[in-house]
Amino acid sequence: MLDMKTLGNDAIAEKGWFKAHKFLIMRRLSQLGILALFLTGPWLGIWIVKGNLASNLTLDVLPLTDPYVLLQASLSGVVPETAAIIGVVIVLVFYFLVGGRVYCSWVCPVNMVTDLAAWLRRKLGIRTTSQLSRSTRYWMLALTLILPLVVTGGIIWELVNPVSMMFRGIVFGMGAAWVMVLGIFLFDLIVAKDGWCGHICPVGAFYNLIGSKSLLRVNALQRQACNDCMECYVICPEPQVIKPALKGEEKGVSPVILSSDCTNCGRCIDICAKDVFSYGGRYSKTTEVYKRKGEINQGVQA
Amino acid sequence: MSETERKNEINRRQFLGNMLKTACGVGLVGLGLGAYSKRASTMPANYIRPPGALPEEDFLGACIRCGLCVRDCPYDILFLGEVGDEVATGTPYFIARTGPCEMCEDIPCVVACPTNALDHDLKDIEDSRMGLAVLIDQENCIAFHGLRCEVCFNVCPIRNRAISLDMQHNTRSGKHALFIPVVHSEACTGCGLCERACILEEAAIKVFPMHLAKGELGKHYRLGWKEKEKAGKALVTPDTEHRYNLPEGVRYDLQGEGLIIEGEAEETPFSSNPLDTLNSGFMDK
Repeated sequence: MLDMKTLGNDAIAEKGWFKAHKFLIMRRLSQLGILALFLTGPWLGIWIVKGNLASNLTLDVLPLTDPYVLLQASLSGVVPETAAIIGVVIVLVFYFLVGGRVYCSWVCPVNMVTDLAAWLRRKLGIRTTSQLSRSTRYWMLALTLILPLVVTGGIIWELVNPVSMMFRGIVFGMGAAWVMVLGIFLFDLIVAKDGWCGHICPVGAFYNLIGSKSLLRVNALQRQACNDCMECYVICPEPQVIKPALKGEEKGVSPVILSSDCTNCGRCIDICAKDVFSYGGRYSKTTEVYKRKGEINQGVQA
Repeated sequence: MSETERKNEINRRQFLGNMLKTACGVGLVGLGLGAYSKRASTMPANYIRPPGALPEEDFLGACIRCGLCVRDCPYDILFLGEVGDEVATGTPYFIARTGPCEMCEDIPCVVACPTNALDHDLKDIEDSRMGLAVLIDQENCIAFHGLRCEVCFNVCPIRNRAISLDMQHNTRSGKHALFIPVVHSEACTGCGLCERACILEEAAIKVFPMHLAKGELGKHYRLGWKEKEKAGKALVTPDTEHRYNLPEGVRYDLQGEGLIIEGEAEETPFSSNPLDTLNSGFMDK
Protein backbone atom coordinates (compact mmCIF):
# COMPACT_ATOMS: atom_id res chain seq x y z
CA MET A 1 0.00 0.00 0.00
CA LEU A 2 1.22 3.46 -0.91
CA ASP A 3 2.22 5.46 2.16
CA MET A 4 0.73 8.96 2.10
CA LYS A 5 3.34 10.19 4.57
CA THR A 6 6.21 9.51 2.19
CA LEU A 7 4.41 10.75 -0.91
CA GLY A 8 6.84 12.72 -3.04
CA ASN A 9 9.92 11.81 -0.99
CA ASP A 10 11.43 9.81 -3.83
CA ALA A 11 11.13 12.73 -6.20
CA ILE A 12 12.69 15.11 -3.68
CA ALA A 13 15.54 12.69 -3.05
CA GLU A 14 16.12 12.19 -6.76
CA LYS A 15 15.60 15.75 -8.09
CA GLY A 16 15.81 18.04 -5.07
CA TRP A 17 12.90 19.86 -3.38
CA PHE A 18 12.70 22.70 -5.87
CA LYS A 19 12.53 20.52 -8.98
CA ALA A 20 10.02 18.25 -7.27
CA HIS A 21 7.73 21.27 -6.73
CA LYS A 22 8.58 23.26 -9.84
CA PHE A 23 5.16 23.33 -11.48
CA LEU A 24 3.33 23.64 -8.18
CA ILE A 25 5.30 26.81 -7.46
CA MET A 26 4.73 28.10 -10.97
CA ARG A 27 1.00 27.47 -10.72
CA ARG A 28 0.77 29.30 -7.42
CA LEU A 29 2.73 32.20 -8.89
CA SER A 30 0.36 32.22 -11.86
CA GLN A 31 -2.80 32.12 -9.71
CA LEU A 32 -1.59 34.73 -7.23
CA GLY A 33 0.02 36.82 -9.96
CA ILE A 34 -3.24 37.07 -11.87
CA LEU A 35 -5.00 38.15 -8.68
CA ALA A 36 -2.23 40.67 -8.04
CA LEU A 37 -2.70 42.21 -11.49
CA PHE A 38 -6.34 42.91 -10.57
CA LEU A 39 -5.51 44.10 -7.05
CA THR A 40 -2.77 46.69 -7.70
CA GLY A 41 -5.53 49.04 -8.88
CA PRO A 42 -7.86 49.02 -5.87
CA TRP A 43 -5.03 48.57 -3.37
CA LEU A 44 -2.22 50.75 -4.71
CA GLY A 45 -3.90 52.88 -7.36
CA ILE A 46 -1.79 51.32 -10.12
CA TRP A 47 -4.31 50.11 -12.70
CA ILE A 48 -3.07 47.15 -14.70
CA VAL A 49 -6.20 45.07 -15.14
CA LYS A 50 -9.71 46.35 -14.44
CA GLY A 51 -12.74 44.15 -13.86
CA ASN A 52 -12.61 40.49 -12.94
CA LEU A 53 -12.41 37.11 -14.65
CA ALA A 54 -15.90 37.52 -16.15
CA SER A 55 -14.67 40.43 -18.25
CA ASN A 56 -11.71 42.72 -17.91
CA LEU A 57 -9.54 45.29 -19.58
CA THR A 58 -5.73 45.20 -19.39
CA LEU A 59 -3.92 48.55 -19.56
CA ASP A 60 -7.04 50.04 -21.17
CA VAL A 61 -6.41 48.15 -24.44
CA LEU A 62 -6.67 44.38 -24.13
CA PRO A 63 -10.21 43.13 -23.47
CA LEU A 64 -10.70 39.58 -22.18
CA THR A 65 -14.09 38.01 -21.55
CA ASP A 66 -15.04 34.66 -20.08
CA PRO A 67 -16.79 32.74 -22.88
CA TYR A 68 -18.80 30.68 -20.38
CA VAL A 69 -20.32 33.70 -18.66
CA LEU A 70 -20.94 35.47 -21.95
CA LEU A 71 -22.60 32.36 -23.35
CA GLN A 72 -25.00 32.34 -20.39
CA ALA A 73 -25.75 36.02 -20.98
CA SER A 74 -26.26 35.45 -24.71
CA LEU A 75 -28.69 32.62 -23.96
CA SER A 76 -30.76 35.03 -21.90
CA GLY A 77 -30.93 37.27 -24.95
CA VAL A 78 -28.01 39.68 -24.83
CA VAL A 79 -26.16 41.08 -27.81
CA PRO A 80 -22.63 41.73 -26.52
CA GLU A 81 -20.44 44.70 -27.42
CA THR A 82 -17.51 44.30 -29.84
CA ALA A 83 -14.98 44.46 -27.00
CA ALA A 84 -16.63 41.47 -25.37
CA ILE A 85 -16.62 39.48 -28.61
CA ILE A 86 -12.93 40.24 -29.22
CA GLY A 87 -12.23 39.31 -25.61
CA VAL A 88 -14.01 35.99 -25.96
CA VAL A 89 -12.17 35.11 -29.18
CA ILE A 90 -8.77 35.79 -27.59
CA VAL A 91 -9.64 33.63 -24.58
CA LEU A 92 -11.00 30.81 -26.75
CA VAL A 93 -7.90 30.74 -28.96
CA PHE A 94 -5.61 30.77 -25.92
CA TYR A 95 -7.32 27.85 -24.19
CA PHE A 96 -7.69 25.97 -27.46
CA LEU A 97 -3.91 26.07 -27.72
CA VAL A 98 -2.83 25.42 -24.12
CA GLY A 99 -5.71 23.25 -22.95
CA GLY A 100 -9.02 24.42 -21.54
CA ARG A 101 -8.46 23.15 -18.06
CA VAL A 102 -5.30 25.19 -17.75
CA TYR A 103 -7.92 27.67 -16.53
CA CYS A 104 -8.65 25.31 -13.65
CA SER A 105 -5.09 24.62 -12.54
CA TRP A 106 -3.28 27.85 -13.43
CA VAL A 107 -5.92 30.61 -13.14
CA CYS A 108 -8.93 29.68 -11.01
CA PRO A 109 -8.56 30.79 -7.37
CA VAL A 110 -10.76 27.92 -6.14
CA ASN A 111 -7.95 25.56 -7.17
CA MET A 112 -5.88 26.78 -4.22
CA VAL A 113 -8.75 25.89 -1.90
CA THR A 114 -9.35 22.44 -3.33
CA ASP A 115 -5.61 21.73 -3.50
CA LEU A 116 -5.38 22.59 0.19
CA ALA A 117 -8.26 20.22 0.90
CA ALA A 118 -6.62 17.45 -1.14
CA TRP A 119 -3.29 18.00 0.65
CA LEU A 120 -5.02 17.84 4.04
CA ARG A 121 -6.85 14.67 3.00
CA ARG A 122 -3.52 13.03 2.31
CA LYS A 123 -1.95 14.29 5.54
CA LEU A 124 -4.94 13.28 7.68
CA GLY A 125 -5.52 10.04 5.81
CA ILE A 126 -9.14 10.81 4.96
CA ARG A 127 -10.25 8.20 2.45
CA THR A 128 -13.92 8.89 1.82
CA THR A 129 -14.94 8.23 -1.77
CA SER A 130 -17.77 9.98 -3.50
CA GLN A 131 -20.78 8.39 -5.15
CA LEU A 132 -20.76 11.23 -7.64
CA SER A 133 -19.96 10.49 -11.24
CA ARG A 134 -17.32 12.61 -12.93
CA SER A 135 -19.90 13.27 -15.63
CA THR A 136 -22.04 15.20 -13.11
CA ARG A 137 -20.21 18.35 -14.21
CA TYR A 138 -21.57 18.04 -17.74
CA TRP A 139 -25.09 17.74 -16.39
CA MET A 140 -24.40 20.82 -14.31
CA LEU A 141 -23.07 22.60 -17.39
CA ALA A 142 -26.21 21.71 -19.33
CA LEU A 143 -28.34 22.91 -16.42
CA THR A 144 -26.57 26.27 -16.21
CA LEU A 145 -27.08 26.79 -19.92
CA ILE A 146 -30.74 25.77 -19.87
CA LEU A 147 -31.69 27.92 -16.86
CA PRO A 148 -31.22 31.29 -18.64
CA LEU A 149 -33.57 30.00 -21.35
CA VAL A 150 -36.41 28.85 -19.12
CA VAL A 151 -36.23 31.05 -16.00
CA THR A 152 -36.71 34.77 -16.29
CA GLY A 153 -34.21 36.81 -14.37
CA GLY A 154 -31.16 35.91 -16.32
CA ILE A 155 -27.84 34.34 -15.55
CA ILE A 156 -28.96 32.15 -12.70
CA TRP A 157 -25.68 30.27 -12.25
CA GLU A 158 -23.77 33.48 -11.65
CA LEU A 159 -25.87 34.08 -8.54
CA VAL A 160 -24.11 31.16 -6.87
CA ASN A 161 -21.04 30.34 -9.00
CA PRO A 162 -18.28 29.95 -6.40
CA VAL A 163 -15.56 30.36 -9.03
CA SER A 164 -16.57 33.84 -10.10
CA MET A 165 -17.71 34.65 -6.57
CA MET A 166 -14.33 33.93 -5.02
CA PHE A 167 -12.36 35.93 -7.56
CA ARG A 168 -14.81 38.83 -7.50
CA GLY A 169 -14.88 38.61 -3.73
CA ILE A 170 -11.13 39.07 -3.47
CA VAL A 171 -11.06 41.94 -5.97
CA PHE A 172 -14.31 43.75 -5.10
CA GLY A 173 -15.36 42.61 -1.63
CA MET A 174 -16.17 39.19 -0.26
CA GLY A 175 -19.41 39.63 1.68
CA ALA A 176 -20.56 36.18 2.75
CA ALA A 177 -18.93 34.46 -0.26
CA TRP A 178 -16.36 32.90 2.05
CA VAL A 179 -19.16 30.58 3.22
CA MET A 180 -19.29 29.11 -0.30
CA VAL A 181 -15.51 28.76 -0.39
CA LEU A 182 -15.50 27.11 3.02
CA GLY A 183 -18.30 24.83 1.84
CA ILE A 184 -16.24 23.67 -1.13
CA PHE A 185 -13.19 23.17 1.09
CA LEU A 186 -15.12 21.00 3.54
CA PHE A 187 -16.85 19.10 0.72
CA ASP A 188 -13.50 18.26 -0.86
CA LEU A 189 -11.91 17.51 2.50
CA ILE A 190 -14.56 15.31 4.04
CA VAL A 191 -17.13 14.21 1.48
CA ALA A 192 -15.38 13.52 -1.81
CA LYS A 193 -11.84 13.53 -3.17
CA ASP A 194 -11.58 16.19 -5.88
CA GLY A 195 -15.32 16.61 -5.32
CA TRP A 196 -15.83 20.13 -6.63
CA CYS A 197 -13.28 20.53 -9.44
CA GLY A 198 -13.33 16.93 -10.59
CA HIS A 199 -17.03 16.17 -10.38
CA ILE A 200 -19.37 19.16 -10.12
CA CYS A 201 -17.91 22.43 -11.38
CA PRO A 202 -19.59 23.38 -14.70
CA VAL A 203 -16.95 26.04 -15.34
CA GLY A 204 -14.32 23.33 -15.51
CA ALA A 205 -16.60 21.23 -17.70
CA PHE A 206 -16.98 24.13 -20.13
CA TYR A 207 -13.23 24.73 -20.36
CA ASN A 208 -12.76 21.00 -20.68
CA LEU A 209 -14.83 21.08 -23.88
CA ILE A 210 -13.03 24.16 -25.24
CA GLY A 211 -9.66 22.47 -24.84
CA SER A 212 -10.65 18.99 -25.93
CA LYS A 213 -8.32 19.23 -28.95
CA SER A 214 -5.70 21.45 -27.37
CA LEU A 215 -2.13 21.43 -28.63
CA LEU A 216 -0.28 21.55 -25.32
CA ARG A 217 -0.46 18.17 -23.58
CA VAL A 218 1.34 16.27 -20.88
CA ASN A 219 2.93 13.06 -22.13
CA ALA A 220 4.54 9.99 -20.65
CA LEU A 221 7.31 9.75 -23.23
CA GLN A 222 9.65 8.00 -20.80
CA ARG A 223 7.00 5.51 -19.75
CA GLN A 224 9.48 2.67 -19.95
CA ALA A 225 11.19 4.22 -16.93
CA CYS A 226 8.01 3.93 -14.81
CA ASN A 227 8.66 1.99 -11.61
CA ASP A 228 4.99 1.62 -10.70
CA CYS A 229 5.27 3.73 -7.55
CA MET A 230 1.67 4.91 -8.22
CA GLU A 231 2.37 8.37 -6.82
CA CYS A 232 1.20 10.15 -9.98
CA TYR A 233 -2.22 8.51 -9.60
CA VAL A 234 -2.46 9.75 -6.03
CA ILE A 235 -1.43 13.31 -6.72
CA CYS A 236 -3.43 13.70 -9.97
CA PRO A 237 -6.83 15.41 -9.59
CA GLU A 238 -8.11 13.48 -12.64
CA PRO A 239 -6.22 10.15 -12.29
CA GLN A 240 -8.29 8.41 -14.96
CA VAL A 241 -6.37 10.32 -17.64
CA ILE A 242 -2.96 8.84 -16.80
CA LYS A 243 -3.39 5.13 -17.37
CA PRO A 244 -3.94 5.00 -21.14
CA ALA A 245 -0.78 7.01 -21.81
CA LEU A 246 1.39 5.51 -19.08
CA LYS A 247 0.43 1.87 -19.50
CA GLY A 248 -0.66 1.84 -23.13
CA GLU A 249 2.61 0.83 -24.67
CA GLU A 250 1.64 -2.79 -25.29
CA LYS A 251 -1.62 -1.75 -26.88
CA GLY A 252 0.22 0.77 -29.02
CA VAL A 253 -1.51 3.72 -27.36
CA SER A 254 0.21 7.10 -27.72
CA PRO A 255 2.16 8.25 -24.65
CA VAL A 256 0.45 11.65 -24.96
CA ILE A 257 -2.31 12.20 -22.39
CA LEU A 258 -5.19 13.00 -24.71
CA SER A 259 -8.10 13.18 -22.30
CA SER A 260 -9.34 16.74 -22.01
CA ASP A 261 -10.03 16.08 -18.31
CA CYS A 262 -6.28 16.56 -17.82
CA THR A 263 -5.72 20.02 -16.35
CA ASN A 264 -2.12 20.35 -17.59
CA CYS A 265 -1.13 21.12 -14.01
CA GLY A 266 2.16 19.26 -14.09
CA ARG A 267 1.73 17.58 -10.69
CA CYS A 268 2.67 14.23 -12.25
CA ILE A 269 5.83 15.77 -13.73
CA ASP A 270 6.80 17.13 -10.31
CA ILE A 271 6.15 13.96 -8.34
CA CYS A 272 7.71 11.44 -10.70
CA ALA A 273 11.20 10.51 -9.52
CA LYS A 274 11.89 8.85 -12.88
CA ASP A 275 10.95 11.87 -15.04
CA VAL A 276 8.45 9.84 -16.99
CA PHE A 277 6.21 12.83 -17.73
CA SER A 278 6.85 16.07 -19.56
CA TYR A 279 4.94 18.81 -21.39
CA GLY A 280 4.77 18.47 -25.14
CA GLY A 281 2.68 18.97 -28.21
CA ARG A 282 -0.36 16.94 -29.06
CA TYR A 283 1.09 15.88 -32.41
CA SER A 284 4.69 16.11 -31.29
CA LYS A 285 7.27 14.31 -33.38
CA THR A 286 8.99 13.17 -30.19
CA THR A 287 6.32 10.51 -30.04
CA GLU A 288 7.68 8.92 -33.21
CA VAL A 289 11.25 9.50 -32.09
CA TYR A 290 10.43 7.69 -28.91
CA LYS A 291 8.91 4.79 -30.80
CA ARG A 292 11.99 4.43 -32.95
CA LYS A 293 14.22 4.64 -29.89
CA GLY A 294 12.17 1.89 -28.33
CA GLU A 295 12.64 -0.34 -31.38
CA ILE A 296 16.39 0.29 -31.41
CA ASN A 297 16.62 -0.52 -27.70
CA GLN A 298 14.77 -3.75 -28.28
CA GLY A 299 17.11 -4.55 -31.15
CA VAL A 300 20.14 -3.97 -28.95
CA GLN A 301 18.74 -6.21 -26.25
CA ALA A 302 18.02 -8.96 -28.76
CA MET B 1 -9.75 2.16 -11.33
CA SER B 2 -9.80 -0.86 -13.61
CA GLU B 3 -12.36 -2.45 -11.32
CA THR B 4 -14.83 0.39 -11.67
CA GLU B 5 -14.29 0.40 -15.40
CA ARG B 6 -15.15 -3.27 -15.60
CA LYS B 7 -18.21 -2.73 -13.47
CA ASN B 8 -19.42 0.02 -15.76
CA GLU B 9 -18.86 -2.14 -18.80
CA ILE B 10 -20.62 -5.13 -17.36
CA ASN B 11 -23.61 -3.68 -15.66
CA ARG B 12 -25.72 -1.61 -17.98
CA ARG B 13 -28.51 -1.39 -15.43
CA GLN B 14 -26.16 0.12 -12.90
CA PHE B 15 -24.85 2.57 -15.48
CA LEU B 16 -28.33 3.74 -16.40
CA GLY B 17 -29.29 3.88 -12.73
CA ASN B 18 -26.31 6.08 -11.92
CA MET B 19 -27.04 8.33 -14.82
CA LEU B 20 -30.64 8.72 -13.70
CA LYS B 21 -29.47 9.49 -10.17
CA THR B 22 -27.12 12.19 -11.44
CA ALA B 23 -29.78 13.68 -13.67
CA CYS B 24 -32.29 13.79 -10.82
CA GLY B 25 -29.76 15.34 -8.47
CA VAL B 26 -28.81 18.00 -10.97
CA GLY B 27 -32.49 18.58 -11.72
CA LEU B 28 -33.13 19.24 -8.04
CA VAL B 29 -30.21 21.66 -7.97
CA GLY B 30 -31.85 23.39 -10.94
CA LEU B 31 -35.17 23.71 -9.14
CA GLY B 32 -33.40 25.13 -6.11
CA LEU B 33 -31.51 27.60 -8.24
CA GLY B 34 -34.68 28.68 -10.03
CA ALA B 35 -36.44 29.29 -6.72
CA TYR B 36 -33.41 31.07 -5.30
CA SER B 37 -33.17 33.32 -8.33
CA LYS B 38 -36.68 34.62 -7.66
CA ARG B 39 -35.65 35.67 -4.18
CA ALA B 40 -32.28 36.96 -5.27
CA SER B 41 -33.72 39.25 -7.91
CA THR B 42 -35.51 41.49 -5.43
CA MET B 43 -33.81 44.72 -4.57
CA PRO B 44 -34.26 47.31 -1.79
CA ALA B 45 -36.00 50.50 -2.91
CA ASN B 46 -32.94 52.66 -2.23
CA TYR B 47 -30.60 50.59 -4.44
CA ILE B 48 -30.41 52.32 -7.81
CA ARG B 49 -28.92 50.78 -10.98
CA PRO B 50 -26.34 52.79 -12.97
CA PRO B 51 -27.45 54.93 -15.95
CA GLY B 52 -28.69 53.07 -18.99
CA ALA B 53 -29.47 49.89 -17.05
CA LEU B 54 -31.98 47.70 -18.88
CA PRO B 55 -35.29 46.88 -17.15
CA GLU B 56 -34.39 44.76 -14.11
CA GLU B 57 -35.25 41.34 -15.56
CA ASP B 58 -33.29 41.95 -18.75
CA PHE B 59 -30.50 43.53 -16.77
CA LEU B 60 -30.03 40.41 -14.65
CA GLY B 61 -29.69 38.37 -17.83
CA ALA B 62 -27.29 40.79 -19.48
CA CYS B 63 -24.99 41.82 -16.63
CA ILE B 64 -22.02 39.46 -16.39
CA ARG B 65 -20.93 40.91 -13.03
CA CYS B 66 -17.51 42.02 -14.25
CA GLY B 67 -17.40 45.29 -12.32
CA LEU B 68 -15.95 47.32 -15.20
CA CYS B 69 -18.63 50.00 -14.64
CA VAL B 70 -17.58 50.19 -10.99
CA ARG B 71 -13.96 50.68 -11.99
CA ASP B 72 -14.68 53.34 -14.60
CA CYS B 73 -16.95 55.48 -12.41
CA PRO B 74 -14.81 58.56 -11.66
CA TYR B 75 -16.77 59.28 -8.47
CA ASP B 76 -16.59 55.69 -7.13
CA ILE B 77 -20.28 55.59 -6.31
CA LEU B 78 -20.98 52.12 -7.70
CA PHE B 79 -20.83 48.92 -5.67
CA LEU B 80 -21.11 45.28 -6.68
CA GLY B 81 -23.64 43.30 -4.66
CA GLU B 82 -21.84 40.96 -2.29
CA VAL B 83 -23.16 37.61 -1.13
CA GLY B 84 -25.62 38.40 1.65
CA ASP B 85 -26.53 41.81 0.23
CA GLU B 86 -30.14 42.23 -0.76
CA VAL B 87 -29.24 42.53 -4.43
CA ALA B 88 -28.31 39.96 -7.07
CA THR B 89 -24.72 38.92 -6.36
CA GLY B 90 -22.12 40.83 -8.32
CA THR B 91 -24.50 43.34 -9.93
CA PRO B 92 -23.79 47.09 -9.70
CA TYR B 93 -25.87 49.65 -7.78
CA PHE B 94 -25.54 52.95 -6.00
CA ILE B 95 -27.23 54.53 -3.00
CA ALA B 96 -28.34 58.08 -3.70
CA ARG B 97 -28.26 59.37 -0.13
CA THR B 98 -24.57 58.57 0.32
CA GLY B 99 -23.28 58.57 -3.25
CA PRO B 100 -25.53 59.83 -6.04
CA CYS B 101 -24.75 59.68 -9.77
CA GLU B 102 -22.87 62.83 -10.79
CA MET B 103 -24.20 62.55 -14.37
CA CYS B 104 -20.88 62.55 -16.31
CA GLU B 105 -21.43 63.79 -19.85
CA ASP B 106 -19.38 60.94 -21.38
CA ILE B 107 -21.14 58.29 -19.22
CA PRO B 108 -17.98 56.16 -18.63
CA CYS B 109 -19.86 53.39 -16.82
CA VAL B 110 -22.01 52.72 -19.88
CA VAL B 111 -19.00 52.84 -22.21
CA ALA B 112 -17.22 50.28 -19.99
CA CYS B 113 -20.08 47.75 -20.06
CA PRO B 114 -19.12 44.84 -22.34
CA THR B 115 -22.61 43.40 -22.71
CA ASN B 116 -25.10 46.24 -23.15
CA ALA B 117 -26.57 45.57 -19.71
CA LEU B 118 -25.97 49.32 -19.53
CA ASP B 119 -27.48 50.30 -22.84
CA HIS B 120 -24.90 51.76 -25.22
CA ASP B 121 -27.69 53.57 -27.07
CA LEU B 122 -27.73 56.01 -24.17
CA LYS B 123 -25.67 58.91 -25.51
CA ASP B 124 -27.05 61.83 -23.50
CA ILE B 125 -26.99 61.40 -19.74
CA GLU B 126 -30.10 63.59 -19.48
CA ASP B 127 -32.01 60.82 -21.26
CA SER B 128 -31.16 58.28 -18.57
CA ARG B 129 -33.87 57.14 -16.18
CA MET B 130 -32.12 55.53 -13.23
CA GLY B 131 -35.14 56.14 -11.07
CA LEU B 132 -37.40 59.02 -10.16
CA ALA B 133 -37.09 61.54 -7.34
CA VAL B 134 -40.21 61.68 -5.19
CA LEU B 135 -40.86 64.32 -2.54
CA ILE B 136 -42.20 61.61 -0.37
CA ASP B 137 -42.43 63.28 3.05
CA GLN B 138 -44.46 66.45 2.67
CA GLU B 139 -45.02 66.68 6.43
CA ASN B 140 -41.34 67.14 7.25
CA CYS B 141 -40.07 68.92 4.13
CA ILE B 142 -39.50 72.41 5.53
CA ALA B 143 -40.74 74.08 2.35
CA PHE B 144 -44.24 72.99 3.38
CA HIS B 145 -43.78 74.86 6.65
CA GLY B 146 -43.13 78.04 4.74
CA LEU B 147 -39.36 77.98 5.32
CA ARG B 148 -37.01 78.87 2.50
CA CYS B 149 -34.81 75.89 1.56
CA GLU B 150 -34.93 74.97 -2.15
CA VAL B 151 -31.69 73.00 -1.81
CA CYS B 152 -33.04 70.14 -3.94
CA PHE B 153 -34.13 72.62 -6.57
CA ASN B 154 -30.71 74.27 -6.63
CA VAL B 155 -28.53 71.12 -6.76
CA CYS B 156 -30.60 69.50 -9.49
CA PRO B 157 -28.41 69.23 -12.61
CA ILE B 158 -31.49 69.73 -14.77
CA ARG B 159 -32.43 72.82 -12.83
CA ASN B 160 -35.97 74.10 -13.07
CA ARG B 161 -37.00 71.30 -15.43
CA ALA B 162 -36.66 68.17 -13.30
CA ILE B 163 -37.55 70.06 -10.13
CA SER B 164 -39.46 73.33 -10.29
CA LEU B 165 -40.77 75.53 -7.50
CA ASP B 166 -44.50 75.94 -7.18
CA MET B 167 -45.39 79.11 -5.26
CA GLN B 168 -48.43 78.74 -3.06
CA HIS B 169 -50.11 80.94 -0.48
CA ASN B 170 -48.95 80.45 3.09
CA THR B 171 -52.22 80.16 4.98
CA ARG B 172 -50.44 80.04 8.36
CA SER B 173 -48.83 83.48 8.17
CA GLY B 174 -51.38 84.79 5.73
CA LYS B 175 -48.87 86.97 3.95
CA HIS B 176 -46.00 84.76 2.77
CA ALA B 177 -45.46 82.21 0.02
CA LEU B 178 -44.61 78.51 0.18
CA PHE B 179 -41.87 77.48 -2.29
CA ILE B 180 -42.93 73.91 -2.97
CA PRO B 181 -40.50 71.72 -4.96
CA VAL B 182 -42.25 69.70 -7.66
CA VAL B 183 -40.54 66.84 -9.54
CA HIS B 184 -41.29 66.35 -13.22
CA SER B 185 -40.82 62.81 -14.47
CA GLU B 186 -40.30 63.92 -18.06
CA ALA B 187 -36.96 65.49 -17.08
CA CYS B 188 -35.81 63.77 -13.85
CA THR B 189 -33.02 61.21 -14.44
CA GLY B 190 -33.08 59.79 -10.92
CA CYS B 191 -29.45 60.75 -10.30
CA GLY B 192 -30.19 61.32 -6.62
CA LEU B 193 -28.25 64.55 -6.14
CA CYS B 194 -31.37 66.04 -4.55
CA GLU B 195 -31.67 63.14 -2.13
CA ARG B 196 -28.08 63.54 -0.96
CA ALA B 197 -28.50 67.31 -0.62
CA CYS B 198 -31.77 67.22 1.37
CA ILE B 199 -31.03 69.00 4.64
CA LEU B 200 -33.25 66.79 6.81
CA GLU B 201 -31.85 64.03 9.02
CA GLU B 202 -33.71 61.60 6.78
CA ALA B 203 -34.25 62.92 3.26
CA ALA B 204 -37.77 64.08 2.44
CA ILE B 205 -37.03 63.74 -1.28
CA LYS B 206 -35.89 60.27 -2.34
CA VAL B 207 -35.08 58.48 -5.55
CA PHE B 208 -36.98 55.27 -6.14
CA PRO B 209 -36.80 52.75 -8.97
CA MET B 210 -39.25 53.80 -11.67
CA HIS B 211 -41.69 50.96 -11.02
CA LEU B 212 -42.04 52.03 -7.38
CA ALA B 213 -42.20 55.77 -8.03
CA LYS B 214 -44.68 55.87 -10.88
CA GLY B 215 -48.40 55.27 -10.89
CA GLU B 216 -50.05 54.05 -14.04
CA LEU B 217 -53.39 54.93 -15.54
CA GLY B 218 -55.62 51.99 -16.51
CA LYS B 219 -54.94 50.98 -20.11
CA HIS B 220 -58.58 51.64 -21.06
CA TYR B 221 -58.52 55.12 -19.62
CA ARG B 222 -58.87 58.11 -22.02
CA LEU B 223 -58.74 61.76 -21.09
CA GLY B 224 -61.49 63.37 -23.18
CA TRP B 225 -59.83 66.72 -23.71
CA LYS B 226 -56.56 65.13 -24.80
CA GLU B 227 -58.30 62.81 -27.24
CA LYS B 228 -60.18 65.80 -28.60
CA GLU B 229 -56.89 67.64 -29.11
CA LYS B 230 -55.35 64.63 -30.82
CA ALA B 231 -58.31 64.14 -33.16
CA GLY B 232 -58.69 67.90 -33.74
CA LYS B 233 -62.42 67.65 -33.13
CA ALA B 234 -64.93 66.44 -30.58
CA LEU B 235 -65.17 62.67 -30.57
CA VAL B 236 -68.73 62.50 -29.21
CA THR B 237 -71.83 63.94 -30.93
CA PRO B 238 -72.53 67.35 -29.39
CA ASP B 239 -75.70 67.54 -27.29
CA THR B 240 -78.74 68.75 -29.26
CA GLU B 241 -80.16 71.90 -27.78
CA HIS B 242 -82.97 71.03 -25.38
CA ARG B 243 -86.39 72.35 -26.25
CA TYR B 244 -88.79 73.08 -23.39
CA ASN B 245 -92.47 72.84 -24.03
CA LEU B 246 -93.41 76.09 -22.28
CA PRO B 247 -96.38 78.50 -22.68
CA GLU B 248 -95.79 81.51 -24.87
CA GLY B 249 -93.80 84.27 -23.30
CA VAL B 250 -92.03 81.97 -20.84
CA ARG B 251 -88.50 80.56 -21.23
CA TYR B 252 -86.17 78.47 -19.13
CA ASP B 253 -82.63 79.47 -18.25
CA LEU B 254 -80.75 77.71 -15.42
CA GLN B 255 -78.17 80.44 -14.90
CA GLY B 256 -80.90 83.09 -14.99
CA GLU B 257 -82.46 80.94 -12.23
CA GLY B 258 -85.32 79.04 -13.74
CA LEU B 259 -88.45 80.10 -15.49
CA ILE B 260 -88.37 83.55 -16.91
CA ILE B 261 -91.57 85.22 -18.02
CA GLU B 262 -90.84 87.49 -20.93
CA GLY B 263 -92.04 91.09 -20.43
CA GLU B 264 -92.43 90.47 -16.66
CA ALA B 265 -89.92 93.19 -15.94
CA GLU B 266 -92.21 95.86 -17.41
CA GLU B 267 -95.22 94.69 -15.40
CA THR B 268 -93.56 95.20 -12.04
CA PRO B 269 -95.16 97.94 -9.91
CA PHE B 270 -91.71 99.15 -8.92
CA SER B 271 -89.60 101.43 -11.00
CA SER B 272 -86.14 100.21 -11.91
CA ASN B 273 -84.81 103.38 -10.32
CA PRO B 274 -84.91 102.99 -6.49
CA LEU B 275 -85.17 106.81 -6.13
CA ASP B 276 -88.63 106.66 -7.73
CA THR B 277 -89.79 104.33 -4.98
CA LEU B 278 -88.29 106.50 -2.25
CA ASN B 279 -89.74 109.64 -3.76
CA SER B 280 -93.18 108.15 -4.39
CA GLY B 281 -94.40 108.80 -0.79
CA PHE B 282 -93.19 112.32 -0.98
CA MET B 283 -95.00 112.75 -4.26
CA ASP B 284 -98.27 111.43 -2.70
CA LYS B 285 -98.21 114.18 -0.07
